[in-house]
Parts: sequence; C-alpha cells; structure tokens
Amino acid sequence: MAQQLAERVAVPAQEMDEALFQPIEKTSRRFYITVAILLSFTLLFVVAYLWQLRSGLGVTGLTVPVYWGIYITNFVFFIGISHAGTLISAILRLCHAEWRRPITRAAEVITVMVLFFGAGSVIVDMGRPDRALNVMLHPNFRSPLLWDVCSISVYLTASMVYLYLPLIPDLALLRDRGQKRKRFYRWLALGWTGTERQKHLLERVIAVMAILVIPIAVSVHTVVSWVFSMTVQPLWHSTIFGPYFVVGAIFSGIAALIIALAIIRSVYHLEAYLKKIHFNNLSLLLLVMALLWFYFTFAEHLTTYYGGGPDEMQILTSKLTGPYAPFFWAMGLCCFVVPVLILAIRYFRTITGTVVASSFIVVGMWLERYIIVVPSLSKPRLLPSQVFYHPSWVELFITLGFFSTFILLYVLFTKFFPIVSVWEIQEGREKSLEEVRERVATYLPDPAKAT
Amino acid sequence: MARWGMVIDLEKCTACQACVVACQVENNVPCMEPAEAQKGRSIFWMRLIPSAEGRFPEARFRFLPMPCQHCDNPPCVTVCPVDATNITPEGIVRQIFARCIGCRYCTTACPYTVRYFNWYAPEWPGGMAEALNPDVSVRPKGVVEKCTFCHHRLQKARATALAENRPLAPGEYMPACVESCPSKVMVFGDLDDPSSEVAQLSRSPRAFHLLEDLGTKPKVTYLAEGEWSGATTS
Repeated sequence: MAQQLAERVAVPAQEMDEALFQPIEKTSRRFYITVAILLSFTLLFVVAYLWQLRSGLGVTGLTVPVYWGIYITNFVFFIGISHAGTLISAILRLCHAEWRRPITRAAEVITVMVLFFGAGSVIVDMGRPDRALNVMLHPNFRSPLLWDVCSISVYLTASMVYLYLPLIPDLALLRDRGQKRKRFYRWLALGWTGTERQKHLLERVIAVMAILVIPIAVSVHTVVSWVFSMTVQPLWHSTIFGPYFVVGAIFSGIAALIIALAIIRSVYHLEAYLKKIHFNNLSLLLLVMALLWFYFTFAEHLTTYYGGGPDEMQILTSKLTGPYAPFFWAMGLCCFVVPVLILAIRYFRTITGTVVASSFIVVGMWLERYIIVVPSLSKPRLLPSQVFYHPSWVELFITLGFFSTFILLYVLFTKFFPIVSVWEIQEGREKSLEEVRERVATYLPDPAKAT
Repeated sequence: MARWGMVIDLEKCTACQACVVACQVENNVPCMEPAEAQKGRSIFWMRLIPSAEGRFPEARFRFLPMPCQHCDNPPCVTVCPVDATNITPEGIVRQIFARCIGCRYCTTACPYTVRYFNWYAPEWPGGMAEALNPDVSVRPKGVVEKCTFCHHRLQKARATALAENRPLAPGEYMPACVESCPSKVMVFGDLDDPSSEVAQLSRSPRAFHLLEDLGTKPKVTYLAEGEWSGATTS
C-alpha cells in the first residue's frame, strides 16, 4: 500500500486527477445520443401531461374507489430513492468512512435531482395544479400532506446546500483550469482560494450540515408514510409504517446509487476511482437493508394475518392470493430472494452481481410502493367494488418521462460538475493515511506506564 | 345552535331511488356517459349501496341509502391540506369547490367512500343545462364534491326567517332526498333539540351507525330492519 502511494505521489498533483475533469471538458457523440433519447421521453411526458391538463384526470385509469394510483406510487418511490444520497453521504462522512470519498457526490446529486420528481408526482396527481399554492395560502397543519410539503421543502433546501458546500473547492479548481465556462465557475466558487481558514470553515459547515441532514431525511420518509398510516384505512393504519418506509427508502436508495456508480464508472472510465471495494462495501450495506426490509415486511403482514380483522383480511388476501398477488410475490422475489442470494455469496458479489441485485431491488421497491397504495383503496368497507386499476397510457408516459428526465438531469450534472469529488480524493491521498494511522493508534491500549 | 342530523328507517325503504334522483337534480350532479359510468366514475351525493346476504334459498338483497354521514369527527376534514373541506358549527361537513386542489386525500381517507371527484368537466346532455338549480354552484373539473345536506336550503330558509323576523321553524329546512321520499324513510332535523323527531328516533333501540367502531361519530342514524343490524361491516 505504502509503495503504491509513493508511486502515485510521483505524478504531479495537477495531472493526477485529470480523468475526473474529462467528462466536463470532452464530450463524445454517445453523450448527445443519450441526451436525445432521454429528451424524447421527456417530450412524451410533456405531451401526456398537456393532454391530462386539458381533459382532466379522467384520462388516467383512476376511478372510484381507487383514487390514487401510480402517480402516488412514484411519489413515494422517488422520495425513497432520494434517501440514497444525502443520508448515506452524511452517515459515511460522520463515521469517517474513508471509502466514501469517490461516492458522496454521486449520491448527493441523486437526492437533489430525484426530489423534484417526487414533489412533481404529487403535482401531476392533482386535479387542480393551478391551485397548488393554496397549501401556502390556506394551510391546514393537521393534514399529513401539509407535513409533507414542509418536510420535503426543508429536505430539498438542506440537500441542495449539502451538495453545494463540498462542490465549492472543485468549482475553484475548474475556475483555475480556465477551460470552459470560466465566469460561471468563478461566480459559483465564491472566491475560494483554499486557505487554511477557508478549509477549516468549510469542514465545520459540512459537518454541521451532515448532522442536520440526518434527522431531516428520516423525518421526510416518516411523514410520507404518515400520509397513509394516519388514515383509518385497512393496512394503511399501521404504527410501524414510519420506520418501515425509512428502511425501504434507504434500501432502494442504495440500490439506485450502486446502479448510478456502475454506469458512471464504465461510461467515464473511472475504474481507478470507483473500485471493487466501493461496490463491495455498498453491497454489504445493501444486504443488511434487504434483511431489515424483510423483517419489517414479515412483521407487518404476520401481525395483520394473525389478528385477522375482516377489513384487513379482505385487503391482505387480495395481496397474497387475489388480483394483486403477482405484484406481491414479484416484490418478494425482487426485494429479498434474488438480492440476498446474490449479495450474501461472495462469488456473486462482483460489480455486475451487485448491479443486477440493485436493479431487482429498484423494481421490487417500486412494486412495494404500488402494493401499499393501490390494494387498500380497491376494497372499501361499504361500497361493493370489483374495480381493478389499470394505469392508462397517460400515466405510463408521465412515469417514463419522469424517470428519463431524472436521468437526463443527472447526466447533465456530470457535464458541468465533477461527479467524483476531486478535492476530497486529493485530501484522502494527502492527509487521511496519516489521520487513520493516528486514529487507530488511539484505539490501541496505551503503553504501560513505567512506574 | 342546531346540530343537523338524519335518521334513515330501513324498515320503510323500498329502494325506489327517488332520493337519488331528487339529489342529482337538486345539486346539479352531472350524469356520466355510459362508458364512464361503466368505469365506476359516476357521482352520487346520495346512493343506494347493495348488499347480498346469505345463500340461495335464504338469499336476501338489501339496499342502504347512503348520503355523506356528516361525521362529528370527520376523517376527511383533518387530512385536507388546504382546509377545503371543513365542518360548520352546525355540524355540516362542507366542501369549498373554489379552494380544492384535487389531491383526493379526503376521498381516500373517508371510510364510507362518499366523496366524489370530477374526472372531467361536467357535461349536461340536451337541454339539461337550462334546468340547473341556480342555488348550487356547478363544480369545475378536478375538484372533489360531496353531499352537503343541501346546505343551500338551510341558507335560503334562514334568510327567509330573518326577513320575516322570526326564528327558523322545525321542518323548514329539509334536504331534497328527505323531501322526495315517498315512504317517508328519512327524518331530518336538529339532533340537539330533544323534542325533535330526529333526536327521538336516533335514540331508538333499532338505531345504529355505519362503521361506528371507527370513532367517526356519524350524524346519519340508521334504524335496523327486522333483526338485521348493519352496525358492523358486512
């Protein structure tokens, strides 16, 4: 290890991390093709949404009594994915996990970008989006949906600040390279020169934000779950929904992060930065979350089944053996069986293996959100209903458009800012080895004092 | 102050649906195209809920007239993010159509499924648009609507009483469904007035409320038919 380090230090510091600036300074044709494909899906979204705005929500597959469908599913799903970034990055930073350095930025960007689509899903679901600002003009603070408005706006603001702060030194690096968009970077870098005082201040502020962001993130998904559990509807009215949703959110978030990192690694040739060990560590975290998720799911459903309340059983049987059974068992397969088999066996826990497991998890967690939102609505207590909800083309296009536009924003970010934090990598190289050695030394028993 | 409530005697109901029609006409409830009705999107401020009981030789089919239950503890009111649905001091759960953002949280939170959403802009075939009731606003697309106990009738009756400088007389305010029922199934009035018929009937041993165990405290009381009680879910 020490020998390796010595070899690397031999290269001048400026040129060492050249690969991290490559995505910003050189654009291939593949990039434009990707953007064009993503944009075409965005266009589909725009067309579908305009059509829905003109005609009304009748163009969706929603009806009485299934008033909420895949828009609300997407809302919960996207907010869940957002837990990949800020939360994971904050925890890793606070724990001084040194392997975090190349992944924090990629994670934080997911949070900020995906939150727009989480909040956007609710707007798309509204019958009167033109009146959305009524939540400020006539707020009813007893409504869990208003708690959502509050916590998501705080989370979005905090996440943006938390993304921006560690970006400042990198913006200064870009400004000093003077290749492209010099004025843009100068304006954003806020006169960063890298003095000791500036560094000290930045570290303090990042640490404060990292602490602040954790309770905010936990509160966000708890409040999202409360939208459901505060009602008296069967299988929504559950006390464990708060932690269950938070666990699911972190679970799906890490999976999304792994997929994003694998794509970044292969497209921008960052194999030297995003190494197997990063994927291995993340996938162990993912494995723990998979087990936790299973624990919560099992506890939730067993309690319902054992209690056997007639209203609850009606919904539960529709999930286990009824019309929603394919979704339910697919969820179990995607969220637990497949990922645990892949992640628990070292032979399969390669980068490809982790990405496959993560893809299954992302699909499975979307199904989980769907299986929570829709079946509880489909069998009301009094109204006899045979309705089976099928999303319409409008809903599918809007959903596809949301996914592609999210990816588009992410891709564009990598073209303007380094997706791997350059200064943190440099700091790791220059300082952390010594720091870690000192830290480990403090763990060791003190040498016996000579008496 | 009055606390408006309703008693529905299931013993007397013939399931003729006069109340349903009267309600649709009174409150400008739009009719749905057959294709939309097939999807289950029809709006009913008052509807008959069918329930099948037992198996073939002893099978029975029952109907439950169901308006909004005007709960004293309404789950729909607390969840509305913009306070577009609220409960008046006289206990009527109302909807502010001009404020509703159409998030449909109230429709999912209501355990009685008596709140309806305007999936499209309302349409009236033929000359029906000319027959609209001028006292009730027509709802735009994208908002939630529900039974208001014909709240406009209360306002009208109260204005008349005020003009004539007298208190509101019992029976002066009555929702359209109550008025139209040929077999006088429904009784409407002030639950806080112990001498009113509605208050007396709601204390009957046959009286029950729908989904009483949810703690919503409905102000619509049902009188059980024969030995049947719908107090619990079917």
